[in-house]
Amino acid sequence: MTTSATPTTTTAGGLRVAQPTVASHLHEYWQRVRGGDLGSLPAVLGLIVLSLIFSVARETFTSPLNFANLFNQGAQTVFIAMGLIFVLLLGEIDLSAGFASGVCGAVMAILLTNHGWPWYGAIPAALLTGVVIGLVLGLLIAKVGIPSFVVTLAAFLGFQGLLLVLLSGGVNISIRDSFVIALNNKNIPVLWSWVLAVVAVAGYALVQFNRRRARAARGLVTDPAGVVLLRIGGLAVVVLATTAVLTQERAVNPAINSLKGVPIVVPIIAAFLILWTFVLGRTTYGRHVYAVGGNTEAARRAGIPVDRIRISVFVIGSFMAAIGGILQVSRASSVDPNTGGSNILLYSVGAAVIGGTSLFGGKGKIVNAVIGGAVIAVIDNGMGLMGFSSGQKFIFTGLILLVAASVDALARRRAAATGTR
Amino acid sequence: MAATPLLELSGIDKSFGPVQVLHDVGLSAYAGEVTALVGDNGAGKSTLVKCVSGIYTIDAGTVSFDGRPVTIHSPRDAAELGIEVVYQDLALCDNLDIVQNMFLGREKVRGIVLDEPTMEQMAGDTLASLSVRTVKSLRQLVASLSGGQRQTVAIAKAVLWNSRVVILDEPTAALGVAQTAQVLELVRRLADSGLGVVLISHNMNDVFAVSDRIAALYLGRMAAQVKTSEVTHSQVVELITAGRSGTVGLPPERPDGNGNGNGVAVDITPGGDQ
Repeated sequence: MTTSATPTTTTAGGLRVAQPTVASHLHEYWQRVRGGDLGSLPAVLGLIVLSLIFSVARETFTSPLNFANLFNQGAQTVFIAMGLIFVLLLGEIDLSAGFASGVCGAVMAILLTNHGWPWYGAIPAALLTGVVIGLVLGLLIAKVGIPSFVVTLAAFLGFQGLLLVLLSGGVNISIRDSFVIALNNKNIPVLWSWVLAVVAVAGYALVQFNRRRARAARGLVTDPAGVVLLRIGGLAVVVLATTAVLTQERAVNPAINSLKGVPIVVPIIAAFLILWTFVLGRTTYGRHVYAVGGNTEAARRAGIPVDRIRISVFVIGSFMAAIGGILQVSRASSVDPNTGGSNILLYSVGAAVIGGTSLFGGKGKIVNAVIGGAVIAVIDNGMGLMGFSSGQKFIFTGLILLVAASVDALARRRAAATGTR
Repeated sequence: MAATPLLELSGIDKSFGPVQVLHDVGLSAYAGEVTALVGDNGAGKSTLVKCVSGIYTIDAGTVSFDGRPVTIHSPRDAAELGIEVVYQDLALCDNLDIVQNMFLGREKVRGIVLDEPTMEQMAGDTLASLSVRTVKSLRQLVASLSGGQRQTVAIAKAVLWNSRVVILDEPTAALGVAQTAQVLELVRRLADSGLGVVLISHNMNDVFAVSDRIAALYLGRMAAQVKTSEVTHSQVVELITAGRSGTVGLPPERPDGNGNGNGVAVDITPGGDQ
């Protein structure tokens, strides 16, 4: 603000505002970071550091086979975390998401195996179960007014029990439906992998350029071309490099069973990442979610139906948990009383928070779930390769979650201190 | 003076249970003028504003807007008439930017997608029409704005919708000297652009700096509505604290006056601000 030589420009209505340049963008980003708005930065740095450590310690960590495994292993966590981000944006919590995903997975498995339903009946049934669960939770929280912590804690226990009942006291139900099993085990052919990657990058570039052109046509301030190109270039590098690794042969014995191509679960994650990012960033509904999370009273006075928003985030949360459950059942080809139990919920909350979503509400993006989920998957996978026990993994992941929550809390204090600059 | 008031209240009564907070209150706000509403704590200023904005319903009295009688039952009714209130706590979302806050709850959409360019353009036009020069970017988060800038955004939000009367509740209460001056200048410009402005304030300097008329509430009664140019500082203070000053104001207290007047026995301040 004190830089006197800031070039200015005129925006709509003749209002003079600063003309952004590549340098000013970077400067502003740095100012935001210093002001406590860290976003995904700690998670990205952590991901790089952890990956370096594990790749030095264990050669297998960097093998294409292991890289592909990370996606399949992390899928459930990432999906539950995506749903949790909606809940966290309102400053609420859903402790039952883990077992809700287990229950939904069990519903699908039971319909497939015990009742002989086809996948196109069983999967919607599981998703519907998720929606109903979210609706009940949301109504109890928004309309009855019970704190979400208590409602979902009760549901945590309740769903654990429900899962046991569904599995008649704890039997393991396996599934044989090839479509469902393929979801989180099989890969896309190499050619299609490349086509999807190129389409994704081209689509992103198109959206970016279009937005810039539309704004320029209205005489509004536009991001400098350099920044736009940097964004597109960055995405292109990540997507194409990932595709390049994943399209390599990673079977131990390719002659018997060739294993290459992007795992099917990757475009599924990408599709939901795009869908929810669009909903949060570009629709009225998303805007209202942020508003309710930022200042409920202001949202109420602006005529936003606060209760309905509150219910809806729990519906989305449980719906995404259902997808996570389906993918987990697909990966294990079976469901057992601990599907969605154990560390799944805490890994998912951890993924969202580590990725940069605030526990205090109002701040977070869907991509946080993917980045945070990657950190969790890398820790879990890397420490496993290094021969650490489950106990040690839990302790370390717990510590990482604490660190992320501390960063969030400290950043909030810092933002409060610098907010009135 | 010859013009009809844009907003005219007369004979407004309002009780909360046994406590009558407003007695027969009248108030006129003219287009192009700043009407300062002053009064001590508990005099009924906030209650009166909430009656006008539709948060409370009035027990008796009439509200006229643009010369015709209207009924206001909800904030939405008030907004449809073109009455906007900027409350003391501003009701802004810190985690949203200037444009997003200004359009909160009334977003422009194209299909299902938010029409950001249109909103940004309208926000820019509005801020420019208020001669705001201090924002770095329309996409700045409100959290990073100063108190005066926040007040400006809140006011801009109120005038964005072609509103005709803007009621400002203590807009300078939390501001420093320079920012107070900025906001007062903005208040003056609102009136100069043809809006009717009602300014609630405790600060005599502010009141004399920008207002054209002063309406003083005293214990739930309208003590006097005077032109700012015709009174002095101390007269207004007397109106606020005693309800009368020389020949202006409420009639002198009569111990044998009608029952519910401010007789000697009735010196309990009506709780207007709960």
